[in-house]
Amino acid sequence: MNTATVPTSALPEHPPGWRGFVSDWSSDRHAFNVSWGKAMMWIFLLSDTFIFSCFLTGYMTVRIATTAPWPNPSEVFGLRVGSTDVPLLLIAIMTFVLISSSGTMAMAVNFAYRRDRVKTALLMFATAAFGVCFVSMQAFEWSKLILIEGVRPWGNPMGAAQFGSAFFMITGFHGMHVSVGVIYLLTVAIKVLKGDYERKGNYQIVEIAGLYWHFVDLVWVFIFALFYLW
Amino acid sequence: MSTASSDATHGQQHPISLYLKIWGLLFVLSTMSYLVDYFHFHGYLRWTLILLFMLLKAGLIVGVFMHMAWERLALLYAILLPPGALLFLIGLMATEADYTYGLRKLFFS
Repeated sequence: MNTATVPTSALPEHPPGWRGFVSDWSSDRHAFNVSWGKAMMWIFLLSDTFIFSCFLTGYMTVRIATTAPWPNPSEVFGLRVGSTDVPLLLIAIMTFVLISSSGTMAMAVNFAYRRDRVKTALLMFATAAFGVCFVSMQAFEWSKLILIEGVRPWGNPMGAAQFGSAFFMITGFHGMHVSVGVIYLLTVAIKVLKGDYERKGNYQIVEIAGLYWHFVDLVWVFIFALFYLW
Repeated sequence: MSTASSDATHGQQHPISLYLKIWGLLFVLSTMSYLVDYFHFHGYLRWTLILLFMLLKAGLIVGVFMHMAWERLALLYAILLPPGALLFLIGLMATEADYTYGLRKLFFS
């Protein structure tokens, strides 16, 4: 009991670097100097990282183990523009749309902390619009693959049967995350416009929603590299 | 970098120009990884380039857009170290898949 107050007087409250790392974890108090909402979003995103990593690792496993040739994504996801085949065109456009949505989201967070309600809401609506655009292109991609190319989860005419199941599982789960993110962003944006956070004086919810959205973009970076470019 | 304690009401304040620069960088990196496919690079060159661009993009998004570069080390290590365990899983599964491939080659072809 009599030793409980000794360390606090010797050290500054938040020392930097490794000393800070140790003191943050060891002083019998909250470890993270962020709000509980932000800490919980980070921990949720960590668990989501493991889910997507399991999908991608499973995909890697079946792709290495199959003896049938893997369909060439560069050709499967190519588009015909005029009379030339451009490889992976749709996927490249989807990538740029999602990166742009991340850019507008980052700026929305910035304006939220400056308490500029209208600009924050507008940028969040733009982010959500990019998200809807992305999901629509994905729907187009799925219909093209299912109806025209004849890809099914249990087989396809182009090669290894595992292609379909890996593709639908990974991109489907990611698309679901984008759709949920759009609903989340629209909800927060409307509350920003109504002034709910102005009354509380706390705009951190915009940054937390932004964390989720950037994570969706982050997952796409890995899917793009590992599934489409491999 | 005055975010020793990120206060809920002030939070992460960085100039807009920083976000625009990162946005531009992400566009450039995406274009470059697309060009890797467009010019049909193969083998180790393709691998190195794809993984390099992927990790650079991931670093920019987590570091700047998600503000991890300005968070305290306690949070950073709590979030970024656990995924390291995944490298072990990936190594295990790659070995296992290689073995399965060998067996299939041996018995089914």
